[in-house]
Amino acid sequence: MGQQQDIYYVPSKSQWPIVAAVVMFLTVFGAAHWLNAEPGDTGFGKTVLMIGFIGILLMFFGWFRSVIHESMAGSYNTQVDRSFRMGMMWFIFSEVMFFGAFFGALFYIRMFSVPWLGGYGHGVLTHQYIWSDYAASWGSGGGNGPAHVGGAFETVGPWGLPLLNTLILLSSSVTVTIAHHALIAGHRKKVLLFLGATVLLGASFLYCQAHEYMEAYKELNLTLGSGVYGCTFFMLTGFHGLHVTLGTIMLAIIWLRVLAGHFSKEHHFGFEAVAWYWHFVDVVWLGLFMFVYIL
Amino acid sequence: MAHEAAHDHHDEHHDHHEHQSFFQRWVMSTNHKDIGTLYLVFSLLMFFIGGSFAMVIRAELFKPGMQLVQPYFFNEMTTMHALVMIFGAVMPAFVGLGNWMIPMMVGAPDMALPRMNNLSFWILPFAFALLLSTLFLPGGGPAGGWTMYPPLSLQSASLAYVVFAVHLMGISSIMGAINIIATILNMRAPGMDLLKMPVFVWSWLITAFLLIAVMPVLAGAVTMLLTDKYFNTHFFDAAGGGDPVLFQHVFWFFGHPEVYIMILPAFGIISEIIPTFSRKPIFGYKAMVFAIASIAFLSFIVWAHHMFAVGLPLGAEIFFMYATMLIAVPTGVKVFNWVATMWGGSMTFETPMLFAVAFVILFTIGGFSGLMLALVPADFQYHDTYFVVAHFHYVLVTGAIFAIMAATYYWIPKWTGHMYSEFWGKVHFWNSVIWVNVLFFPQHFLGLAGMPRRIPDYNVAFANFNMISSIGGFLFGASQLIFLGVIIHCVWFSKKKATDRVWEGAKGLEWTLSSPPPHHSFTIAPVIHDDELAHGHVED
Repeated sequence: MGQQQDIYYVPSKSQWPIVAAVVMFLTVFGAAHWLNAEPGDTGFGKTVLMIGFIGILLMFFGWFRSVIHESMAGSYNTQVDRSFRMGMMWFIFSEVMFFGAFFGALFYIRMFSVPWLGGYGHGVLTHQYIWSDYAASWGSGGGNGPAHVGGAFETVGPWGLPLLNTLILLSSSVTVTIAHHALIAGHRKKVLLFLGATVLLGASFLYCQAHEYMEAYKELNLTLGSGVYGCTFFMLTGFHGLHVTLGTIMLAIIWLRVLAGHFSKEHHFGFEAVAWYWHFVDVVWLGLFMFVYIL
Repeated sequence: MAHEAAHDHHDEHHDHHEHQSFFQRWVMSTNHKDIGTLYLVFSLLMFFIGGSFAMVIRAELFKPGMQLVQPYFFNEMTTMHALVMIFGAVMPAFVGLGNWMIPMMVGAPDMALPRMNNLSFWILPFAFALLLSTLFLPGGGPAGGWTMYPPLSLQSASLAYVVFAVHLMGISSIMGAINIIATILNMRAPGMDLLKMPVFVWSWLITAFLLIAVMPVLAGAVTMLLTDKYFNTHFFDAAGGGDPVLFQHVFWFFGHPEVYIMILPAFGIISEIIPTFSRKPIFGYKAMVFAIASIAFLSFIVWAHHMFAVGLPLGAEIFFMYATMLIAVPTGVKVFNWVATMWGGSMTFETPMLFAVAFVILFTIGGFSGLMLALVPADFQYHDTYFVVAHFHYVLVTGAIFAIMAATYYWIPKWTGHMYSEFWGKVHFWNSVIWVNVLFFPQHFLGLAGMPRRIPDYNVAFANFNMISSIGGFLFGASQLIFLGVIIHCVWFSKKKATDRVWEGAKGLEWTLSSPPPHHSFTIAPVIHDDELAHGHVED
């Protein structure tokens, strides 16, 4: 493990953790109030939610700013750097498990619940007594369940925008890697160029996905309420899109930090953490493209 | 990198810690001991809040018929008792113990990510404020059981509050777990190899992995509940192609590892205490470590044993039955090794050791009733009866909680620098161990006779055992006030100074520090002597 440091480093006290706890609380408290709002509500929940959300943004700004200052001042030794790396890796693992829950739900629905409702295997009685005319199928035929909730809909074909989005994300992984190599080689202009390209690719992915969502809602009648097809489609791609949004913002901030000259050949953990995160959203997308769009 | 800068910064920080305000010390802390204390105090508070809910339950069940509370309120109590005890009392207690002890045990100055450590703690009071506030809402709190099964849980007006509270607890647990893993893997003193670490540290390393793996799955499950109720999704609605059983699968994929999250650190604690008071190294150190790892692995492939009665395909029932029974093997290794550690040792029975021995016996009873429940045909009979309640209270109260109490008595002299009152500790122990059995043992019989759980009223045939159980419950609850008294006395009033080693047979790095330990445990990496480790020399 190579604990070769002369002296351990413990960071100074900070107000950011308690600020973070308060703004997180305000956000969810406001959101819960808003969800339970009666007609004629004063909008209290929404206001608290907005205050909390803005607070979270300011908290991130402040916390990261202080960490960047300390890092630039050279406070962090290699051991701290390793702790940060482990933190980021395990955080990404937790994100993988979060997506795992939704992929698991998708597989269960497709392998078990929909076929059982259609009369296969052990769940035949529900089929026989309640929905005997339901023929189990996925996609536009029966993906919204035996009660056809949300009405007839069309699915988004994989070989149009989703294929384009796959190509966009895959090439963005290449550009971010080129930027990383350029950073190690010390070519700052090349880093800015390729990292900038990655940000633009991320943004165009989001543009395409927004376009796809609008088309789904307006022309295909595919909505979040379109039974299990609609909810797995939108929850999986939606959470992924949220992660792409976050990743794009993070990449943009890293671009600004490269511009400000924050990174050296040896010390650029912030860059690497964001690059890992970006590869992670890329891999999740490949799973989505395979299991949500193609199959 | 600039070592001088790090050095200066450190010294400056070190000099300033003496004159800090109350707010700075406790709210802005980056100190693993202060944050550990916050966790432990919070956990104790939640233990009494959750315990008071249990008193309401036992009071209502004292006699057949409805006497004290409305059925809905009774259901709120069973639901909240579980949520508060699991997420508020047991898990934060283990995190608090880990916070206090892991840096000292591996020779580190503090946790790897001290500010995130502080955030992990401070999320919790807000999360529980959110959760407990639902009891005062017009629609009432959650009353569908802590497992939140749809469609019942979707009827609750407070679902959003509960879901968000669970999200916050999950974020806190994940950050705490990341911190513990980074501390163990990155902050060990030179020479503290992985297979020289105390078993408690190993148990926490594996528990932290479980936490990071399953808390996000719980977050996913409750998010689906939220969207099903408020955003028109149909994950759990058969009309839309979904299945309420899907929730149970996702929930228990979290839920079963969660069970081990609440017991593996307890195994670690007991593996520290028994060698100390037997004055022998632990028997089969490596086997203990590998047994914990095996239990953790198996915990991912047994979840559906909570759902045998839901109508699973036969193949699934058989798989999950055998996989579940397999867990008895590594657990048996652990129990055997604890007993073998005591065998031939020069044993003394101070309060921590009494709790540890009680743990071994009573946890084993809970383990055996678990084996009975693992049998599919038998489970059809026991499912959702008081037999299940008796089973999981034997593993959680006489298991997890007893281990936490043992750990408190074992380490509180180190934390405070004072000895607790051995007499009152023993009074607490004997009261706890007697009344907890009066409380839970009759529930086995009630369950076998068919009394369902989560029911405020029952057949008169169950009256006698329920009354016995309630009497045990009240007295067990009252006994915990002794625990509170012993802690308060030890922290503020005890005159008896603790030595550095505290216990004659105690080994390990934490005992080489002063009692109480310095503000930052090891500012310079200690030198490890293998003879000073609790498990002696480990053959490679």
